[in-house]
Amino acid sequence: MSQKVQTEKVRYNRMGQRIVSPDYLLFEAPRTKHFITGSEAVKEAAKRASVDASISYPITPQSEAAHMLGELWREGYIGVYFRGESEFGVMSAIAGCAMAGARTLTTTSGPGTLRAMENFPMWAGSRLPIQLVLMARGINSPLSIQPDNLEISFLLDTGCMVWHAETAQELFDMIIAGFVVAEQPDVHVPLITAIDGFFISHTREAVYLPPEDIALPPYDPYKAPMPVIDMEVPPGRFMRDPFVMKSNYISYATHASWQFEVRAAIERSRPYAKHYLRGLVEHFGDPEGEILFIASGTAAAQAKEATQILIHEEGIKARVLRIKTLRPFPTEEVREAVKGAKYIFIPEFNVVGWLEREVKRALYGYSDIPIFGTPRVGGGMTMPPEFIVQEVLRIIGKEVKHVS
Amino acid sequence: MATLGPAGYSPYPVAVTEGVLPPPPGKALLFNEIVDEEIAMREAAKAMLTRENPTIFPGPQVLYAWNEEAKKKAKLVRKMAEVLGAKIIPMYDYRPKYPKIDPEKEINPNHPNLTIWHNKIKACIFIGVHCHYANVALKIIRAETDCFTIAMCSMAGHEDAMITLRDQHAEDLEKFIRIAEEVKKELGK
Repeated sequence: MSQKVQTEKVRYNRMGQRIVSPDYLLFEAPRTKHFITGSEAVKEAAKRASVDASISYPITPQSEAAHMLGELWREGYIGVYFRGESEFGVMSAIAGCAMAGARTLTTTSGPGTLRAMENFPMWAGSRLPIQLVLMARGINSPLSIQPDNLEISFLLDTGCMVWHAETAQELFDMIIAGFVVAEQPDVHVPLITAIDGFFISHTREAVYLPPEDIALPPYDPYKAPMPVIDMEVPPGRFMRDPFVMKSNYISYATHASWQFEVRAAIERSRPYAKHYLRGLVEHFGDPEGEILFIASGTAAAQAKEATQILIHEEGIKARVLRIKTLRPFPTEEVREAVKGAKYIFIPEFNVVGWLEREVKRALYGYSDIPIFGTPRVGGGMTMPPEFIVQEVLRIIGKEVKHVS
Repeated sequence: MATLGPAGYSPYPVAVTEGVLPPPPGKALLFNEIVDEEIAMREAAKAMLTRENPTIFPGPQVLYAWNEEAKKKAKLVRKMAEVLGAKIIPMYDYRPKYPKIDPEKEINPNHPNLTIWHNKIKACIFIGVHCHYANVALKIIRAETDCFTIAMCSMAGHEDAMITLRDQHAEDLEKFIRIAEEVKKELGK
């Protein structure tokens, strides 16, 4: 009697990890609890992401994460790893790796971000799905290495997607989801996954991790929206003989269309990001809350604490709308969420209030609810929840009873 | 300036600013509506069979014999042109052409309007063009011409085309050719 033997086709990556679907890795695989820092979460995510190339340059607070990516290279999880000459060199070299068809991951912080700045729109215009983990620390001068996320403001219009994680757990999940979303053929633009430096990079928290012997499917460069080829060589040559050098109406139209296309690609990421991040926003607190905080990153974590105080100690209905994706910006979700609110507060860890600007732009003409860009701290100052509550009570004209 | 599609569909800004995204798998896009693939194929065939100077613009993915799929598709593109009575003008690479392209022989994604204006093309099909360049070209065509654009994409589709068909492989091209033959008969052509 013959017996039919069924065989399962199993694929492995270069490290011998079993390839699984992104949905399995992110949502279904069993997870175990670990007590790790945000920097270690970067390492753990990269370990499971079939990363081909990573390039680093030291700058606080991302140096530790970059160092640990080097360890992954030594262990065989990452194909290529080296130190660049500067942040500009790193971001240029990583573009070369991505153009050659590699899945790429790098990290930077604060002034390093600005030194590398010219590269970010170049990545986007070249449709390179590079992932940059940004551990925000603020920008000189005066020199600061403290938690402050001013540099995120500079990145919002580079043509890159920008996501903002609240916790080390979310950073881990966002890095893995980020490759999947950024590499979709109709998206295929870079992703900047931001966290607030030190608050997330250097503190430990419980992070649930899937097994380390499974990993994302490798990047398939043949699905890229441009040929996988050096930009200097036909058919992709557009840096050495750029049409923008020709001053005529055709070159203007091409450049305009090209830029619109990069922004359109970010918009096309919405359905993918909604799936893999379980929504572009998170709702927290009393759904009928008249006090609405709109926040991202660790400012959202502080706003959640303040919401608990307002609800349980002050008897005031409050809630938080946490923004996960700054690009694409969840405009529709924000417009829907403000319904029923009487006051909108936007706490931020930077002096310019970039999130307040984004929210006001989304709500212009849609809502006349007063928006307060407060509390706002910078330079590494902390934002205790009691301070947030105090600000809210002062502005809405209530007596500050329990908070001093 | 474009005259096709709903108000605000042209020139810039582009389709996504009006909330139009590529269709989900198994569906197609007809202007800003998600429709069944067969409906979109019928409308595409009708546009190509009734508008002036219909033209197919094949890109590098079907012009060069990268693999068996490309070879098969290339033959089907030729058959499609015969059924639709369409010309074929290739987009064989993506370099901007200076001082000037020959618009009777080629189309370029950076200035596709020159070829469309010169040949007075009122309906076209993009096939085998890498997604980025198809999107750049389709935006310019939408803004600068009155050409009815159809995208047959092997991946997620192109929302700036007036009709976009996604996940189009050899068997889907065969299906489109069958539908085009039916529509041609119905039109008495």
